[in-house]
Amino acid sequence: MKLIFEESVQGRSCSILPECDVPAVTPEKTRKLPLRLPEVSENDISRHFTELAKNTHGVNNGPYPLGSCTMKYNPKVNDAMASLEGFTAVHPLQEPDTVQGCLAVLKTAEKTLCEITGMDAVTFEPAAGAHGEFTGLLLIKAYHESRGDTKRTKIIVPDSAHGTNPASAAMAGFEVVNLPSAADGCVDLAKLQEAVGDDTAGLMLTNPNTVGLFDKNIGTITEIVHNAGGLCYYDGANFNPVLGIVRPGDMGFDTVHVNLHKSFSTPHGGGGPGSGPAGCKSFLKQFLPGSEIVESDGKYDTKPYPQSIGRVRSFAGNFLVVVRALTYMLVLGSDGIVQAAQNAVLNANYMRVKLSAKYHPAFGGTCMHEFVLSLEHEKETYGVSALDTAKCLMDYGIHPPTMYFPLIVHEALMVEPTETESKESLDALIAALLAIREKIETDPEYVRSAPHKTELKRLDEVQAARHPVLHYDFASSGGPK
Amino acid sequence: MGSYISSTAVQQREMLHEAGYKDFEDMFSCIPDRVKLNRKLSIPGGMSEMEVSSRIKSFAARNTVFHHIFRGAGAYDHYIPEIVRQVTAKEEFVTAYTPYQAEISQGVLQSIFEYQTAVCELTGMDVSNASVYDGATAAAESIFMCTAPGRMRVLVSEAVNPRVRAVMKTYCHGRGVRLETVPCRNGATDTAALSGMVDGSTACVYIQQPNYYGILEDADEIGGIAHKSGALFVTGCNPIALALIESPAESGADIVTAEGQPLGLPLSFGGPYLGIMAAKQELVRKLPGRIVGQTVDSEGKRGFVLTLQTREQHIRREKAGSNICTNEALCALTALVYLSAMGPEGLKRAALLSTSKAHYFQKELAAAGFNPVYDRPFFNEFVTTCPCGSKTLTDELASHGILGGLPLPDGNILWCTTEKNTKADIDEAVRLAGGISV
Repeated sequence: MKLIFEESVQGRSCSILPECDVPAVTPEKTRKLPLRLPEVSENDISRHFTELAKNTHGVNNGPYPLGSCTMKYNPKVNDAMASLEGFTAVHPLQEPDTVQGCLAVLKTAEKTLCEITGMDAVTFEPAAGAHGEFTGLLLIKAYHESRGDTKRTKIIVPDSAHGTNPASAAMAGFEVVNLPSAADGCVDLAKLQEAVGDDTAGLMLTNPNTVGLFDKNIGTITEIVHNAGGLCYYDGANFNPVLGIVRPGDMGFDTVHVNLHKSFSTPHGGGGPGSGPAGCKSFLKQFLPGSEIVESDGKYDTKPYPQSIGRVRSFAGNFLVVVRALTYMLVLGSDGIVQAAQNAVLNANYMRVKLSAKYHPAFGGTCMHEFVLSLEHEKETYGVSALDTAKCLMDYGIHPPTMYFPLIVHEALMVEPTETESKESLDALIAALLAIREKIETDPEYVRSAPHKTELKRLDEVQAARHPVLHYDFASSGGPK
Repeated sequence: MGSYISSTAVQQREMLHEAGYKDFEDMFSCIPDRVKLNRKLSIPGGMSEMEVSSRIKSFAARNTVFHHIFRGAGAYDHYIPEIVRQVTAKEEFVTAYTPYQAEISQGVLQSIFEYQTAVCELTGMDVSNASVYDGATAAAESIFMCTAPGRMRVLVSEAVNPRVRAVMKTYCHGRGVRLETVPCRNGATDTAALSGMVDGSTACVYIQQPNYYGILEDADEIGGIAHKSGALFVTGCNPIALALIESPAESGADIVTAEGQPLGLPLSFGGPYLGIMAAKQELVRKLPGRIVGQTVDSEGKRGFVLTLQTREQHIRREKAGSNICTNEALCALTALVYLSAMGPEGLKRAALLSTSKAHYFQKELAAAGFNPVYDRPFFNEFVTTCPCGSKTLTDELASHGILGGLPLPDGNILWCTTEKNTKADIDEAVRLAGGISV
């Protein structure tokens, strides 16, 4: 595929803007550097990006069982609501009486998420999950500081956690204590008891955890941390399978984030925008970033949080993503949300059981929304890795599962089908994985050299990192200068 | 009740049975009863798409949509070419995840590579990442590309957008960075004060160009002061202005950040927006977030992959420079399509129209008694006095469908124009403002 810069022809353009109707003014110091943006027609643009779209696999193209990412179907009504002019044309610094609709959206979404998570307040400022983690950790920090408890400098993070957890803790100025998991993939209670102390600021945890299991000891875990004077942070990345069934607030968590772009069906956009609203119990509310939306007699206003940690983003968050998520929550309602969770777990267990005949689940028993296969045996016996298996799945029009995560499982493939895949779709997915398993034994080289049917074959990541080429080189192209 | 589940109730029962469960309750028996909710969520029951659509539309109808906007201060009402909306609504782009699996994600990867190229062209920098959350978080992240043992002081101009400075402050909390404010003189960074502040422990000097008051800073001089003490020079930009004004590269910037919203993203009550980050080559390994690089496939064909990942949280964990994972990829695509539709000449025209109209507006407002507060070169924003009280002014304009300038805490008004404000609209706003009796 040509780059849009390679399609550029000097002098070609789209006609977008009118002539200047006031006296033209140019700044004193003007740009001398050439500005080599593409010079293309609208037709060129339309065809170029249609070609790029053809080479992109979205949820609408086929199954996307990317573990930990909850790639459920993105309802189209959400996008339609987010494109209403009444939302898109609103300036973020308009006076409150002119943005009553936006404030109503945020307040309604906040109340709904409070009930679903068991929290007392929610902020929509965080733009993604990691941003929500950072926000929650700053709440924990502000809490200890407000009590003069300055020795609490450590955050405990299980070794199975998402990489963002320890990274967020470090960004919030904490020292990270890595907690080794027990053999069953869950928290090792004895090790946790050893780890906590008067320097513990808090614990970060996902439940269901990253191996897809619900940690039964959750009540004891949060109790151990609380008894030591620490707070508990719930990473909502894996919240989808327990929506309406278990609430982080009832498990003993003090602060949470949820990913609207996972559990609440908003699209991922090829890597964002997401939205990672952070919630907390009432004793942490005064530390939240930005302003609280207050309602009185059906009128909304904003009121800065009194002991706020400050802003984490310029304005009130990725607002249009919140519109999408609210639309979804209103469609599903109290029963629909539970059914989504039930079917997410059903689909995962259906696949797990059907695949167990040929593959090795890393952990036994009922999983939640996802399960982890270990291809250690396939790697040792046939020289076929988790990566090879994942690449082979592309030839079936299926996006591969998450690979090599969590780090505690060797040759891991993490499969999360989500509730919106039908039985037929799951059966096709299972059949593809079983056919590949057969190939691993009969023709391992075929799997090792997969994919075979994609436009490009396996890409050389080592070369990309060793000799970074990070933008188009106008000089070497012989093309437009 | 609404639902997006495809399997029928009959199929669900079959599947439960095949997976070895009596029913859903049996399947969830792995969750201890004492933590279960064991009641219905106390939220309304589900609704049909038609009902929800009407409910959400009623929210939208409660907002005032201004068709004439003279307010900026970090969010700008530029014209968005129709092709931008069409391309960025393509379902493949909208519904894909981060392109971890390159062979099945070439479209997204190539678009990010093209975006990185466009950002490098605009800023004159050598490398760009795939985006961060917004301009303010880009500014905050840039600090940590500059700090090093012995260099933990960061000097930020008072003329940087206060919201951006607030985010920088939050990000610095507890990380041992000393964030200090360089005062303003006549609406711009006080270079004499800056000279006295910069020393060998300064990590970087951060300015905004044009600054919060719309004024064009003497970036060359500020960059020179920073570099003399070995500090880095970081500039926060308006990406549309870059087509016309001296580029950050020409004024010596080492890192450039920008709020990318003006590049084809609607105002949307503040988001989603786009955090642009670019830097000189030698800082590439300190750049946070995703970066796409060019490579070849096993048959030698050109392709693209996520690269230099050893900087990132999923590999480095607590040692990563940033925790960022999800970014604003679709907004980066939006900016790319916008820049392609505008082209170099179109972007220059947007910049020229925006600044020319601001100069015309400023002159006309002065004649109506709203005097300029600062006497310095400016781009498309400027500050005036407000002889009638800012609330009276904004209310009067609002009653005529006009969003007036932003009232500042000192009682002055921060005005903004873009190419969307015609001469006729400006004349009307001036007539209304001038007609308010003091």
